[in-house]
Amino acid sequence: MTRLPITKTPKPYVGGAFIRSESGRTYPLQDRTGNFFANIPQCTRKDLRNAVEAAAKAGPGWARRTAYNRGQILYRLGEMLEARRQEMINVLAQFGSKSAAAAKEVDVTIDRIVYYAGWADKYEQVLGNVNPVASPHFNFTVTEPMGIIGVIAPDSPALLGLMSLVAPAIVSGNTVVAMASEASPYPAVLFGEMLATSDLPGGVVNILTGYRSELVPTFSTHTHLRGVSAAVGPEDRKALRLGAAESVKRVQFSDTKGDAWLEDSAQSVYAIRDFIEFKTIWHPIGA
Amino acid sequence: MTSLALKKSPRVPARTGRPAPELIFGDLWEFDPAPESADPKLKARYDLFIDGKFVAPKSGKYFPSINPANEQKLTDIALAGREDVDAAYAAAQRAFENVWGKMPGRERAKYLYRIARLLQDRAREFAVAETLDGGKPIKEARDFDVPMAAAHFFYHAGWADKLEYVAPGRRVAPLGVVGQVIPWNFPLLMLAWKLAPALALGNTVVLKPAETTSITCLKFAEILQDAGLPPGVVNFVTGAGDVGAAVINHPTPAKIAFTGSTEVGKIIMRSLAGTEKKMTLELGGKAANVVFDDAPLDQAVEGIVNGIFFNQGHVCCAGSRLLVHEPVAEAVLTKLKNRIRVLRVGDPMDKNTDIGAINSRSQLEKIHELVESGTKEGAEIFQPGGKLPAKGFYFRPTIFSGVSMSHRIAREEIFGPVLSILTFRTVDEAIEKANNTAYGLSAGVWTDKGSRILKLSVELKAGVIWANTFNKFDPASPFGGYKESGFGREGGRQGLLDYAKLV
Repeated sequence: MTRLPITKTPKPYVGGAFIRSESGRTYPLQDRTGNFFANIPQCTRKDLRNAVEAAAKAGPGWARRTAYNRGQILYRLGEMLEARRQEMINVLAQFGSKSAAAAKEVDVTIDRIVYYAGWADKYEQVLGNVNPVASPHFNFTVTEPMGIIGVIAPDSPALLGLMSLVAPAIVSGNTVVAMASEASPYPAVLFGEMLATSDLPGGVVNILTGYRSELVPTFSTHTHLRGVSAAVGPEDRKALRLGAAESVKRVQFSDTKGDAWLEDSAQSVYAIRDFIEFKTIWHPIGA
Repeated sequence: MTSLALKKSPRVPARTGRPAPELIFGDLWEFDPAPESADPKLKARYDLFIDGKFVAPKSGKYFPSINPANEQKLTDIALAGREDVDAAYAAAQRAFENVWGKMPGRERAKYLYRIARLLQDRAREFAVAETLDGGKPIKEARDFDVPMAAAHFFYHAGWADKLEYVAPGRRVAPLGVVGQVIPWNFPLLMLAWKLAPALALGNTVVLKPAETTSITCLKFAEILQDAGLPPGVVNFVTGAGDVGAAVINHPTPAKIAFTGSTEVGKIIMRSLAGTEKKMTLELGGKAANVVFDDAPLDQAVEGIVNGIFFNQGHVCCAGSRLLVHEPVAEAVLTKLKNRIRVLRVGDPMDKNTDIGAINSRSQLEKIHELVESGTKEGAEIFQPGGKLPAKGFYFRPTIFSGVSMSHRIAREEIFGPVLSILTFRTVDEAIEKANNTAYGLSAGVWTDKGSRILKLSVELKAGVIWANTFNKFDPASPFGGYKESGFGREGGRQGLLDYAKLV
């Protein structure tokens, strides 16, 4: 008699805990062969608001960490994914990727996390500077995180697309509320387990599952989200920009498509720049 | 000597027990006028500037531009219509494709250097025109607006052939045609902030100045002609908000740059939703100016006065909320009152004028309305005496003490010479109050303690922090806001990148 395996209940990762939607709603997810896989929480705008609250709590502490420490924690996240590399490849393959493509996606994701980990204590030196003003003042421009950033991941690649938007946002000290791929949410759920064991403080990255159409309006209008980074189509772009106007929210859209996510050009210090604020400080020079 | 009053100092030196003497002139003396007399060389009528030429608007309509200091007409300004905006964008598009976009950077640079030099040559003439048109004191137009505008062109000129250093690791390219809409508080300077980086990158421009302050923009077109700037690289269309909307909503521009109110900034964001246009917005502010008990108080008072009364308070980064540490609150208030008693309000063309004319009747009404709300909500008002000119739009420097965070005068941008004073006891309270606003453009901090300056510099959520100084600007120094004060930066390397795309 064969043993019946224990199936895992997928739970989004919010505020350092694994949650169900407050609504109690789920929707069934099939794997690539069309078999029932699991019920995925269908998160609501209330869940999104709760996640923003969790991100707000984590924000100041995360921003105050030293850049060196944030870099090490991101690197640790890379270690966690590397350690469970095969499991993640299997999951991506289970939901439609060819296994070679799944392996490639996981490897690039790990490398991208390490890439951004290395930027933690360097981007400031590349993006900021001392300014030679024509008066007796010491004048310099530094960067600061914006605060809480909403991330809306592309449908595919489910893992790499998500992390390509999340990593450059958190490396500077922002916290993130992310919406997983709607078509393929489970890799993000599994990734939540790696976030939980990566030394990343709870609430720095929060991941929600569900229907994009239900959550985009709240992503666009929630005034505590200071920025939105989204890989979405024209209609969602318009909705996000319309809602963003109310609180002069910064909105960035990714135009990356398909295999371009795998390229080095899909990662850059300028993705970090998109979600920082420049602050310029003046002080007189004198006795 | 009877006209000099000996005023008891609020800070009695404990050691001697003797009050420190202070001279209070008040309005005991009438000063002789010291008018600036240079010729602003105004034309009777100004046309639109499109494709390198002054052209009449298709509608044939003009509107008067008045001097807010005496309400007399200065000139007539062309009223642009939709067809004129179309023509301006068509010219800009041609100039981008055929000339400017492919010109080597070092050649573009030389045009910008020329422009800077030609503006320096005519600095006094432009300063007078700026003061007549906008009402700002001539000493500010002469010593700040015009030289700083020239400096912006000079600074950005040098970038035009060094663009590979703007974005390390990437190459940059111009965006194409840019639409720009600027406000009335620093007409020529805002034009320079907008044009110089856009042109250095290789973009071409359609710009609309504010309807009350179009003169120096159109005079600047003469400089562009004298510099031999290729036709269509810069185009000016004049008129009110509907012309601005036509500039912003036109399909041609790849980017819109706007400086103005947060209210209009939000309208622009909504109207550009669903387009691919890039944006930078430099919007309103309600800056906190935080004074600690160890600050050099006399310097701080000068900084507070400069922070709120510079340009009649028509400054988006004005230090309009003074947060004073309780132990020195009394002393600072007394010193401030003494200081503003000797500010001279009146004819902007007088070289001794500190506070000139309010830019327009509608702005004056807005200031009156907010000041009335301050009194109604229970804050204590102080205004010095003295006569104001009979004609024109003037407002006395005004201080409100006993202001609380819920008062409208502590929350809304007044854009006038009105200071709201609040107090705090601890560093944390100061930070909390300073950041308790939807805006985040600038902030000031006054203290002798270096580590406290650096802490406040981190904790104050604003794009510009002035420590032991206020209202300082430079082309090399990025300027722009957090939160509802807008996004993007102007000036410095950071500002340049906002006019480029990465390739």
